[in-house]
Amino acid sequence: MSSTYLGMPALPAYGQGNLHATEAFPAAAQRELGNTQLRANLGHATHTIRDKRLRVVAELPDWEELRNAGAATKASVMARLPELLEQFEANFTARGGTIHWARDAAEANRIVRDLIRDAGADEVVKVKSMATQEIGLNEYLEEQGIAAFETDLAELIVQLDHDKPSHILVPAIHKNRSQVRDIFLREMPGVDPDLTDNPARLAEASRMHLRRKFLSAKVAISGANFAIADSGTLGVVESEGNGRMCLTLPETLITVMGVEKLLPSFQDLEVFMQLLPRSSTGERMNPYTSFWTGVTKGDGPQDVHLVLLDNGRSAALADEMGRSALHCIRCSACMNVCPVYERTGGHAYGSTYPGPIGAILSPLLTGITSEENASLPYASSLCGACYDACPVKINIPEILVHLRSVDVESRRGNAAGKKKLPGQMDVAMKAASWAMGSGRRMALVEKALPLGQLAAGPDKKIKKLPGIAAGWTQSRDLPAPPARSFRDWWAKERGNTSSKEKA
Amino acid sequence: MSARTEILDRLRSALHDAPAAGDIPRNYRHESGKAEDELIELLSDRLVDYKAGVSVVDEAGVPVRVAELLAGAPSYVVPEGLDERWTALAPGRMVDSAEDPLSVAQLDAAGAVVTGSAAAVAETGTIILDGSPDQGRRAISLIPDHHICLVRARDITGVLPEALRRLDATHPLTWISGPSATSDIELERVEGVHGPRTLDVVIIR
Repeated sequence: MSSTYLGMPALPAYGQGNLHATEAFPAAAQRELGNTQLRANLGHATHTIRDKRLRVVAELPDWEELRNAGAATKASVMARLPELLEQFEANFTARGGTIHWARDAAEANRIVRDLIRDAGADEVVKVKSMATQEIGLNEYLEEQGIAAFETDLAELIVQLDHDKPSHILVPAIHKNRSQVRDIFLREMPGVDPDLTDNPARLAEASRMHLRRKFLSAKVAISGANFAIADSGTLGVVESEGNGRMCLTLPETLITVMGVEKLLPSFQDLEVFMQLLPRSSTGERMNPYTSFWTGVTKGDGPQDVHLVLLDNGRSAALADEMGRSALHCIRCSACMNVCPVYERTGGHAYGSTYPGPIGAILSPLLTGITSEENASLPYASSLCGACYDACPVKINIPEILVHLRSVDVESRRGNAAGKKKLPGQMDVAMKAASWAMGSGRRMALVEKALPLGQLAAGPDKKIKKLPGIAAGWTQSRDLPAPPARSFRDWWAKERGNTSSKEKA
Repeated sequence: MSARTEILDRLRSALHDAPAAGDIPRNYRHESGKAEDELIELLSDRLVDYKAGVSVVDEAGVPVRVAELLAGAPSYVVPEGLDERWTALAPGRMVDSAEDPLSVAQLDAAGAVVTGSAAAVAETGTIILDGSPDQGRRAISLIPDHHICLVRARDITGVLPEALRRLDATHPLTWISGPSATSDIELERVEGVHGPRTLDVVIIR
């Protein structure tokens, strides 16, 4: 049964959960920049994956055509989202699956808890999923006395270390092999005390650790990379086989998925299954992909559920400039090319979604007026590398600029018709505009340059600027200005010559 | 108001500017135009790159090659619809079916599994299983540590769009590109985590 839309809701319904930063990006970034181990690990990882990706993308003569098809498909999905969701629901349900709708993180968590209790279980195995990370499902289940075991190697490392993921594809990218060995030795019950830091040995240890869980689990929880409207099919892309274990061995399978993950038809996978693996891990294809449509008799879970999650997606969809952020297929190519992400790492972004896509997606889901997320659109140099890398051509720089203007407008406080007093920035901009407005005034300002030399001291570096300019020197030094201006030098050295040549 | 009604209402109101659902430009490759020999060579090359074993045999050579690959395994699993002649030379066969499934413990104890396949994509080195009787339940190709997968040359396609046209979306589908692998520690690829650590593909000409 479809409902009729009766009018604009008064307020957009923003998302909750692990989308809100607990501190503003500049403060978090400054702390993370001081972690040299993190920067070394990240630099190595992002460059490796970037090079691999470029190699496999270059193999395809029709890469740009695939990107165009992917971008157009996603724009079309957003335009038809309510209708496609209803079509998907009808098909998934007709084949024995059950659909649940969740307005926000809290509602989704409660639905999942009730399903686990109905299945008579007090523990679950989990496939890596951004949606369940976003709603804080593990923390919620723990409060409810249900143990959730992450089974993806990187998620397991992060969970055992009581840490947070810092990258959407390789969540433990900020840890190196010896750190991983130390975590396993400390936290993994029954681990071989002679464990080395060889990645193959570490992977073997995780296999031994999880094998019995997989073979005995009654309930599994997954996310989904794709939902196909015309067939009612769900798909999960993975590498290790932990996904296949969770998706096929337990009796009950609960999938949590954002409403934006739809694709109109099965045929669309021919585009997205070429774009996603090459963009994310830099492989021609990921080792395993599973597709299931409701329940298959005698094969896999016989009790299959899907929780469809809004949690701010309708609010993001309402932003005409920003809605294409919902096209994101979570490949992480944008963060691997981002100079800001490479230096600060994922934790600085606060939200489940870090990097360039996180800098637009998080404030769109929570609202830009959300105190700490308001700084995210500034966490970028607008270099545009993310736009070039995006397999579905999300124009991230354009949306960043749009969100900055929304932020500035919301700070002006002119909603009540009152104008705020001019701030330091307003005064500075006004002064600069006056000075730069005439060559004579500019020359006058430049006479003050030697003062900068004085302020810098003998090491020729300015460590701290006053007022709002202090932000610039928070995590970097400013080189001292030159002793004289170019204008001054030109007038003294060449001024006469040039007038002679003219004559 | 139910959550379903409320969410659908929110989404409809979010689209108040009525954006157009435009046409999808599909100017990418739909066919590779490659001959069978080229497809076999390309698929083999990709699979070897993923650290899978590959052998190309004619129909008559299948039982010998399968028996060689199974040498040393005390027992192995086959789905009920797999041609019996293909495993005729290897002792230790256990048959699995949806009606009479082996237990998880039996699958875990089995050294290997032999299955057929529905389609393959040469360019990406991908083999696709769709749950047909010669491929069986998804669990059997997952739990034993060694997967021997038989691929008929006529089922090898060049590019992904060709393979998708042959598949039914409502079947449970498993796409396999090499053995289980992870790159989660310093992005160093390690073969073999939770799925079969060894994948041998036997291409039948």
